[in-house]
Amino acid sequence: MTTLADPKAERALGRRRWLGRLRGGATSRPVWRQPITVVALTILGGWLLLALLADVLAPFDPLAQSPDAYAPPSGTHWFGTDSLGRDILSRVVHGARLSIPLALAIVSLALLVGGLLGLVAGYVGRFVDEALMRLTDLVFAFPQIILAMAVTAAFGPNTRNAVLALVIVSWPVYARVIRSAVLSMRGDDYLNAARLLGVGPIRALRRDVLPNSIGPAIVLATLELGNAVLLLAALSFLGLGPRPPAAEWGSMVALGAQDLSMWWVSVFPGLAILTVVMAFNVLGDALRDRLDPRYSKGR
Amino acid sequence: MTTVHDGEPGAVATTASRPRGAHPLLTFLAKRVAVTAGLLLGVTVVTFGLVNVVPGDPVTANLSDQALNDPAAVAAFREKWGLDQPLWAQYLHYLGNLLHGDLGHSQQTGRAVLDDLLHYVPATLELALPSMVLALLIGTGIGMLAAVRNGRLTDQLVRVGALLGLSTPPFWLSLVVLYVFFYQLGLAPSGGRLSTDFSPPPTVTGMYTIDAALAGQWDVAWDAAQHLSLPVLVLTSLTVAMLVRFVRSAMLEVLQQDYIRAAYAKGLPTRVVLRRHLLRAGLVPVVTVSGLAFASLLSGTVLVESIFGWPGVGQYAYRSATALDLPAILGVSLFVALVYTLVNLTVDLLYGLIDPRIRLS
Amino acid sequence: MAPLLDVDSLAVTLPSPRGPLPILHDVSLTVDEGELVGIAGESGCGKSLTAQTLLGLLPPGAAVSGSARYAGTELLGLDTKGWQRVRGAGIAMVFQDPSAALHPMLTVGRQLTEHMRVHLRMDRRAASRRAVELLDQVRIPDPERALRAYPHQFSGGMRQRVAIAIALAAQPRLLIADEPTTALDVTVQAGILALLERLRAETGLAVAFITHDLGVLSALTTRGYIFYAGRVVETGPTGALLTAPTHPYTAALLGARPHGTQTGGTLRPIPGAPPAPGEAPPGCPFQPRCGYAEPSCGDAPPPLTPAGADRSVACVVRPRLEVAA
Repeated sequence: MTTLADPKAERALGRRRWLGRLRGGATSRPVWRQPITVVALTILGGWLLLALLADVLAPFDPLAQSPDAYAPPSGTHWFGTDSLGRDILSRVVHGARLSIPLALAIVSLALLVGGLLGLVAGYVGRFVDEALMRLTDLVFAFPQIILAMAVTAAFGPNTRNAVLALVIVSWPVYARVIRSAVLSMRGDDYLNAARLLGVGPIRALRRDVLPNSIGPAIVLATLELGNAVLLLAALSFLGLGPRPPAAEWGSMVALGAQDLSMWWVSVFPGLAILTVVMAFNVLGDALRDRLDPRYSKGR
Repeated sequence: MTTVHDGEPGAVATTASRPRGAHPLLTFLAKRVAVTAGLLLGVTVVTFGLVNVVPGDPVTANLSDQALNDPAAVAAFREKWGLDQPLWAQYLHYLGNLLHGDLGHSQQTGRAVLDDLLHYVPATLELALPSMVLALLIGTGIGMLAAVRNGRLTDQLVRVGALLGLSTPPFWLSLVVLYVFFYQLGLAPSGGRLSTDFSPPPTVTGMYTIDAALAGQWDVAWDAAQHLSLPVLVLTSLTVAMLVRFVRSAMLEVLQQDYIRAAYAKGLPTRVVLRRHLLRAGLVPVVTVSGLAFASLLSGTVLVESIFGWPGVGQYAYRSATALDLPAILGVSLFVALVYTLVNLTVDLLYGLIDPRIRLS
Repeated sequence: MAPLLDVDSLAVTLPSPRGPLPILHDVSLTVDEGELVGIAGESGCGKSLTAQTLLGLLPPGAAVSGSARYAGTELLGLDTKGWQRVRGAGIAMVFQDPSAALHPMLTVGRQLTEHMRVHLRMDRRAASRRAVELLDQVRIPDPERALRAYPHQFSGGMRQRVAIAIALAAQPRLLIADEPTTALDVTVQAGILALLERLRAETGLAVAFITHDLGVLSALTTRGYIFYAGRVVETGPTGALLTAPTHPYTAALLGARPHGTQTGGTLRPIPGAPPAPGEAPPGCPFQPRCGYAEPSCGDAPPPLTPAGADRSVACVVRPRLEVAA
């Protein structure tokens, strides 16, 4: 056993464990080669491409109004136009520029904040741990959307504050996951070994704990990406997201609620949300199935 | 807990002898009440802090532009709501009132927050409760079916369906459902709790269907039920999607257990094994997740209520939040936190009911 | 008289992500009415899968060939209804870990009586009466009270007694016991073994006892089958098998036992490990680990051939050496 003699080797083992599972080990295909994941990656890739090339690909200016209001889908306007005569296809394409990067921003910020607090809670323990965990309880005591709504409304409804609000409501999950990863590792031999070798707490955190807990955290983050898109769209639907006339999918669906007969106004942005969220969910599931054997049964 | 040992003469399976003093259930409940009280206090601090520290000003949020230009009106508003006092004084004042059951007055509706809540909560419950019950029944059934048919077509379809449900924005699904069932098929009303030809039944529970039935006004009850149908459909499908995946993986895990194989090995018909052995064991994780499911259902309520014009807590919360109506926000927060705690308590008690290992220890 | 259970040339293949995996090859065995037969081998050699096959509890996608007749009825190819009639009332099973094999949330009484009511068409009261008798028979104290208790309220040994009572409830003629004492303390083991022997003597129950412990095999059974890599490599009366093993694997197993054996003084672990399913060498599966192996051993798996009184062995080298010696 290398347990006490070589903490470095142990650490490397710990780090590779989850990478190895993603590659599929000896028994199955790598995660990124499975059919459903390929579909999800293709959809996401498509959306990313649309977002990057929105200016080139969108047939119209997403903000340009025209007298041709509520035009049904046609050869000119594939997805029709909204109440202000704006081209819905162009707005949907440009919407990808908001939703996808914002969801990434929300999740990475929440991961950063929650991860750091979780590391501190797990590693320091005692009073700090107790205080932080009660704080997560508090946040969990609200439905996410209600708390996010209150925070956004209080700070003033705009893009930045919506993102901020969603970070505030979503960091506790990461804090809990990272904390329990740290706690489960505190008893492990390689941390003790590191301590025996005189490795300081900060270095131990950075070199031992972080690489090992990052796997579960990434899985969670991927799973939460879809949720972030949904929550942001919901805030925006309620008029608490990016300010009009920004082409945001949630607010575009809200426009369609004004007149049900113009179904195309809300159907297409809704489908955009649906496909992006679904792709993120599939990706998250695939990662989780590999990394968390508890859920992988029967796959 | 005593166990029986081999060869121990006259050894008997018994439950734990009760510890001296209080009944364990009472101790458990007392602890929970203390934790809940702490949590609720925390909720008031956070909400109070949030609304007061942030840049938004309730004065500008509530007064018209005209009134804002009149310093006397602004001062009157501040004085009326105690906004001229220091923050800690405001908070202590609020807490004092809270202990007397006074949640303050909503700046928006001008009514007591408690009255507002008593008006809006039953409307939300009338949506949430049937959705939850339906979702639990359907979700457990479908999840179990998928687990038993693991890997086959039924299972694949269920999994794709659940994925779709989880990825659908609730507000968009509400619109789609409205478009199909109201606009195209005309099968259900578009929103609200009652048609205009009816007046609400005499209040008993505040839930129109039940109150109307109690009063024997069957036409009103039917109308109220029709108004419930679409929002309940949306909330149920979203919650089912969430439940199905948990139920499926929980049941799959149970299906791998030796005691399920043992039940088959006894020659029991499949139906009995599934209904008695599988369902019983699979219910424990289902109960766990149902707390979570109820939380997500309440989140969905906010959006669904706003689309179906349903005068419930979700709408009230939305309007209070956008108006920075502090007493109302606090009231809603306390209510929501209380509901969450109650749900978790119910979940814990249900555990004991289902699993004898917990009940007896 | 025809044996109660007659398995002939049984082969089972399980599905796997990398294609079908053959697990059992050409397994033949018999169990007579009222006989205690042992099936021994290392873990993963196919003992438990044999039991699962005989109860029709194979995972979906498994392919079975050969024949398995119970009391004259062919089991392989039975439909669901047919299996349900055999399970419990004809062939019953006791699992390795009683904590896992008893439903944690159903009372002992419920688990004892539910299949009685199906198989023996008893009403609730008659089933309860029989349940009390059964618990008494397996020496559970205070049976009436035990009926209302849950499995976790019993110790491990008592749980296994309950599991045996459950297995016997619908009056089976063959009991398959899959390592029923492995999860128990040594002192408790002896009690369970004595119970099985007593039940056999009292009721004429036939028992197929699966174990990896040769000591248990010799203590309990009259005839034994040694499994290796999904094949029967040697069979015969237990006493003869263990005092004068013919197959090199049986001999090696005896040599690898921790306490003193008849074959020699020191502990000799078998070098190497048994082949994983699907990775067995083309010839004799034991050949890579065998001290007697000859080049011809790699050609084809040796068939089970008679070697002395009531004995058969699947080895071409050692019987020849013994004759020469």
